[in-house]
Amino acid sequence: MANKKHDNNSYLDMELLRFTTAGSVDDGKSTLIGRLLYDSKSIFEDQLDQVAKSSERKGLEHTDLALLTDGLKDEREQGITIDVAYRYFATPKRKFIIADTPGHIQYTRNMVTGASTANCALLLVDARKGVIEQTQRHSIIASLLQIPHVVVCVNKMDLVDHSQEVFEKIKEDYEAFASKLEVKDVRFIPISALNGDNVVNRSENMPWYEGSTLLYTLENIHIGSDHNHIDCRFPVQTVIRPKNDKYHDYRGYAGRIASGVFKPGDEVTVVPSGFSSKIKSIDTFNGEVEEAFAPMSVSIQLEDDIDVGRGDMIVRTNNKPEPMQDIEAMICWLNPQGPKPRAKYLLRHTTAEAKTMIKEISYKLDISTLHRNEKDKDITANDICKMKLRTTKPLLADSYKKNRITGSLILVDEATNETVAAGMIV
Amino acid sequence: MSNYNLTHIKELEAEAIYILREVFAQFENPAILFSGGKDSICVAHLARKAFFPSKIPFPFVHVDTGHNFPETMDFRNKYVEELGVKLIVGSVQKSIDDGAAAEEKGKNANRNAIQTVTLLDTIEEHGFDACIGGARRDEEKARAKERFFSHRDEFGQWDPKNQRPELWNIFNGRCHQGEHFRVFPLSNWTEMDVWQYILSENIALPSLYFAHERQVIRRSNTWLPVSDYIQIGDNEEIVTKKIRFRTLGDITITGGDESDADTLEKIVDEVASARQTERGNREDDKRSETSMEDRKKQGYF
Ligand SMILES: Nc1nc2c(ncn2[C@@H]2O[C@H](COP(=O)(O)OP(=O)(O)O)[C@@H](O)[C@H]2O)c(=O)[nH]1
Repeated sequence: MANKKHDNNSYLDMELLRFTTAGSVDDGKSTLIGRLLYDSKSIFEDQLDQVAKSSERKGLEHTDLALLTDGLKDEREQGITIDVAYRYFATPKRKFIIADTPGHIQYTRNMVTGASTANCALLLVDARKGVIEQTQRHSIIASLLQIPHVVVCVNKMDLVDHSQEVFEKIKEDYEAFASKLEVKDVRFIPISALNGDNVVNRSENMPWYEGSTLLYTLENIHIGSDHNHIDCRFPVQTVIRPKNDKYHDYRGYAGRIASGVFKPGDEVTVVPSGFSSKIKSIDTFNGEVEEAFAPMSVSIQLEDDIDVGRGDMIVRTNNKPEPMQDIEAMICWLNPQGPKPRAKYLLRHTTAEAKTMIKEISYKLDISTLHRNEKDKDITANDICKMKLRTTKPLLADSYKKNRITGSLILVDEATNETVAAGMIV
Repeated sequence: MSNYNLTHIKELEAEAIYILREVFAQFENPAILFSGGKDSICVAHLARKAFFPSKIPFPFVHVDTGHNFPETMDFRNKYVEELGVKLIVGSVQKSIDDGAAAEEKGKNANRNAIQTVTLLDTIEEHGFDACIGGARRDEEKARAKERFFSHRDEFGQWDPKNQRPELWNIFNGRCHQGEHFRVFPLSNWTEMDVWQYILSENIALPSLYFAHERQVIRRSNTWLPVSDYIQIGDNEEIVTKKIRFRTLGDITITGGDESDADTLEKIVDEVASARQTERGNREDDKRSETSMEDRKKQGYF
């Protein structure tokens, strides 16, 4: 019993790591995810039975682990993954959320979506093909979206005789290319997803490889500093006013800490209004807390009665975001309908919104080469470009490089209500 | 720096609370779909935390198949009273009586599919623009692609191929008149997370989740509870077993597992070593490999 108690507690100590996977079709992404799930014993018998049956129906000799991750009917019929699907597995150290995104060129938007919340990107490279355009494309997206960690998995090592030379060459090629990017932490692992080499278990076929397996890497990457704990930003979602006898004057500003560390007594300013006050208390259902940091959800009470509502941000008085009405952003266009010249959209940024107009498309980015094309400004789904936007009111924003939450935005088409673009403030 | 790390359960909690507050801020008339099962109880618990010290600002909607476990109904009624929230019941029996839905026939007949009719009618009648549910992406492969804010057209249908992208933590809940959203704050939770959370928060649950003696029959590899609503075949034998339920649904289709887990601690240990998914015992999901996806497109939970 003492032991079991310990198990329960250790589960409560686990951290959460979100990662995204990218690779070209047939690089073995589904097989790799299936392998991770299978070897970490996250697959249930009934799921495995289903996959075994499907494999049989398809006339396959072995159980195709890739089928574990095929989500929807259409995809199963076409044999491709068409949208972002989420998978979960856990080891005693960490819980993992996989955003499984397809590798087709036309689905940049899916990778951008998966990457937006990821701590880590797994990039698959086929050992026989080496670094190809798709690899560069995915790396550029990982860099634009500022995914803190990248793991390049050189797959199908079994098809190149587990050759160290092949692996080293791919590593060199990648490093040469990645020096132009802003990925801070890149690692390389030679694997065979099909046979399980270096995925969960160490490979006996590649004694020359001295690094860790993929799972060990995922379990141990340091994610503690992935959040910004310096610039205090608290976007207000809503105001809690119980208006009952017990809490007659209670007025709590509800939100999730975007970044920084807040403490009772801190001198704060509400932007955009500019009123200053002090934090009276930071409340949760379980009581007041001594400090709150990203990504906690709390309610903040201020000492003074000032007018605060959704869309406002509580920040430290000595470290305020810049009000900006002319915004430069890297935009990933998500909708098949491209932007019309000087078109107006609704811009959403943290909990604030403002109307916005596209003033200028500065250039389109070739995401295979990083080339900036200033002539071609014809934007459609899956294009990435730099835009100048003008909003009807100032946004309180940081650059995306400093802050993934207060530096990101989306554009919504007011006629269709669709989310048409995602932006990272420069 | 490591001081500023949340455990994964705390991070999931913070995410769910954020989602619930977004629903409150972005919609005019949201509701919680409350089945009395553990996932919807977790959602309710999180909603309580999200708006504390205010009451939960959403009514609860229960789609009542008429084939309930009495224990679930008792729990539901007490819980709603304790929270002081409004309960709205959509009755599948009424949909049948009104001719809006037709009862299935035969031995394995159940009211699972026709719940969708009642659900959509209830949403329309009350004009809900957001319905918060406890579904999780790990439950079923069609659910793995659900968004947190999942758009439904004016017929209540889901179009999995044309979903709004969701980036960072910016959620777009704008919709036209007559359309609505389903919102899933527990999207990123697994069955294990839910049980761990229930244990660490000491959340009260219907007694059905704990091992207890019950009259059952063996059907489709599971122990199906004997009730007034199932037909028992000549070759089926009624036996008494110690079982517990991993999910709660309509009494005619929810099978139990033999178990001795009669405390939350024991349940967590059992879940940790389980070799079957919790929906493995749901007759509704066994009909075909895509039955969940087909039902979801129609407007199912
Ligand atoms: N020999 C070998 N084949 C692999 C390996 N990984 C995947 N494959 C095969 O490559 C094909 C494509 O794999 P799949 O996982 O479906 O690729 P995806 O399109 O990236 O998801 C399948 O036939 C796999 O069995 C590997 O490590 N070695």
